[in-house]
Amino acid sequence: MSLVMTLAARNLFHDRLRFIATLIGIVFSVVLVMVQMGLFLGFGQMVSTMIDHASADLWVLPKGAKCFEDPSLLDVKLREKVAAVDGVASVVPLVIGFSDWRTESGEVTPVFIVGSDVKADGLQPWNVVEGDIRTLSQWGTVAVDRSYFDRLGIKKLGDTAEIRGHKVKVVALTDGIRSFTTTPYVFVDQKDARFYTGTLPSKASDLIIRVKPDADRGKTIAAIRDRIGDAEVLTTDEFRKRSRSFWLFGTGAGAALFAGAILGVIVGTVIVAQTLYSSTKDHISEFATLRAMGSSNNYIYNVIIYQALLNAVIGFVIAAGIGYEVVRITEKSALPIVITPWLVAALFLLTIVMCIASGMVAIVRVVRIDPASVFMR
Amino acid sequence: MNDIIIEAREIKKTLGRGAGEVQALRGVDVTLRKGELTLLMGPSGSGKTTLLLVLGCMLTPSSGTVTVCGVSTSDAGKEELARIRRDHIGFVFQSYHLFPTMTARQNVQLALDIRGQHGRDAARKSRDALALVGLEPKAKSLPEALSGGEQQRVAIARAFVANPSVILADEPTSALDADNGRTIMRILADAAHKRDCAVLVVTHDPRIVAFADRIIKIEDGLLVEANSDEAEPLRLPKAASWP
Repeated sequence: MSLVMTLAARNLFHDRLRFIATLIGIVFSVVLVMVQMGLFLGFGQMVSTMIDHASADLWVLPKGAKCFEDPSLLDVKLREKVAAVDGVASVVPLVIGFSDWRTESGEVTPVFIVGSDVKADGLQPWNVVEGDIRTLSQWGTVAVDRSYFDRLGIKKLGDTAEIRGHKVKVVALTDGIRSFTTTPYVFVDQKDARFYTGTLPSKASDLIIRVKPDADRGKTIAAIRDRIGDAEVLTTDEFRKRSRSFWLFGTGAGAALFAGAILGVIVGTVIVAQTLYSSTKDHISEFATLRAMGSSNNYIYNVIIYQALLNAVIGFVIAAGIGYEVVRITEKSALPIVITPWLVAALFLLTIVMCIASGMVAIVRVVRIDPASVFMR
Repeated sequence: MNDIIIEAREIKKTLGRGAGEVQALRGVDVTLRKGELTLLMGPSGSGKTTLLLVLGCMLTPSSGTVTVCGVSTSDAGKEELARIRRDHIGFVFQSYHLFPTMTARQNVQLALDIRGQHGRDAARKSRDALALVGLEPKAKSLPEALSGGEQQRVAIARAFVANPSVILADEPTSALDADNGRTIMRILADAAHKRDCAVLVVTHDPRIVAFADRIIKIEDGLLVEANSDEAEPLRLPKAASWP
C-alpha cells in the first residue's frame, strides 16, 4: 500500500487541535444541512399527509386550489356528474375547514375539521389505537390524535368537548396524525363537518375519486374534465406536488430551509478550506522535500486529497450519529426531521465534494512550491 | 564516456532582477562520473548551491546545457525535471528534511513510494538501506528520537535506497560533530565506490577533503581549480585524519 494514506493521516492527526477544529466545522456544516434538508423532507411529508392517506386515485378541486387546506368550495352536484363518468368507481365528497374547540374547562382552541363519509372509502383516520371509527357516523362523535390531549383538554376515550357550541364525544384515538400548522386535526362525519365549518349542504371542499381497476385513467380524467366546468381534476401525485409546492415554495418556508442548507455548505467549505490550507502551509517544507526528491505533483495532490477525504469520512460519521439522535428526538414532534437513505447518500457525497473542493485551495498553494527552497532552509 | 552521469557545459545563471541582479554562475563546465566522490568547495556566495541546484534539475540555467544520464534538461518542464530527479538523482540535505511524523523506515520508503514502489518489497528495501547505514534497530523511531548524525544517516539511506545514478549532498556534515561527520562521509564514499554512484558533496568543511576523489573549487561563479575531465581523478588517502 502506498504511503500517501499514511502521510495524509499523520499530517492530519499530528496537530490534534486543528484536526478537532476541522471536524467541528465539518460536523456543524453537515448537521446543519442534514437538519435543514430533514426539515424540508419532514415538512413535505407533513403537508401532504392527508392526501397520502386518502383512498383516492383522483381529486376534483375548486379551480386554483393550492393545497389540501384551501378553503375554496365546489358545487356538490358535481358528485353526480363525476359518478356518471365511465371508469369512475366511487366519488366521496370531503368537507374541511377551521373551527373552534371548547374544552370542558371553557378554553377555546382552533381545530381543523376533516369530514368524510365514514361509510365510504374516502379519507378516514388512520393509526387508530383506541375506539372504533365506524361510530363516527353517529352525530356528535369525533376522532382525535392522542398527542393533542393537552391542547384539546381531554384525557381519554369518551371525554367530551364542544365544537361551535355542539357537544362532541371522542370515540376514536389515533397516534401520530400531527398537523404542521400545529392546529389539531379532528375527524368527523361529512354531515357533522358542515355544521362545524359552516359549509352549506350544496357545497363540498373536494371530491375524492376511485377509478375502476380496468379503466383507462387518461380517458377517465379527460371525461371528468369535460363535465366539471371550472373545477380541476388532479391525480393524487399531482395534488401532492401542488400542495408541497405551495407550502414549501409559495410560502417561502422551503426557500428558508434551502438557504439554511446552503449556508451550512458554505460555512463547512470555508472552515475545511481554511484548516486544510493552514495544514498544507505548515507542512509546506515537507511537500517541497517530496518535490525535490522528484515526486510528481499528483503524488502531493493525492496526499492533500486523502487528507480531505479523511476529514470528510470522519466528520460525516460523527454528523450521521448526531443526525440519528436528532431524528429520534424529533420523531414525535409537530415537525419531525425526516432523513431518508437517499438524503444520507446525498449528504455523504456533498461532504466529500465539500472537503475535496476545500482541498483544491490547498493544492493551489502546493502548485507554487519551489523544490529549490529545501536547500535554503 | 559511458561513466559520465552528469555533464554540464557553459552554465550561466543570473539570479534576481534589475538592481538586485546577480550572476551566480558565469560559464561553468562540470562532469560527474560514476564511482567518484567529488567535493564542490568554495566560500559563501561563490555559487556552490546554485550549481548544485542546476545539476540537480531544480534550477534551469540561463544558458548552457545539462545532461543527466544522457537526457538533456534543456526545454524540460517542471514535471519532466521532477521525473529526471526521480529516475536518476538522490538528494541529501543540510537540514536532513525528514518527515517528522514518519518513522525512519517510512522516511526511507517514501523515496521508493514516489517512484511507484509500494508494499512489502519496498519495506524490505528500506530496512536493508537502513541496515547499510547501521540504523536497522531504529527503523521504527521517529526523527525526533534520533540524534543529528542518525537523522543524516536516515536521509542518506533515503537518498540511495532507489539506486540513483547520482547523489547530490548539500553540506551533509556541517551540523555534525567529528565522529558523525566521519561516519556520514564514509557512507557517501561507500555509495560512490561500492554502489558505483556519482556523488557530489557541496561543502566548505575542510575536514572531509580526505574522502574526496576529486575536488572542484568555485569562486564568484567560476571554477578556479578542478581536475580536468580528461585527467586522472585526484585520489586522496582514504585514511586522512579528521581534525
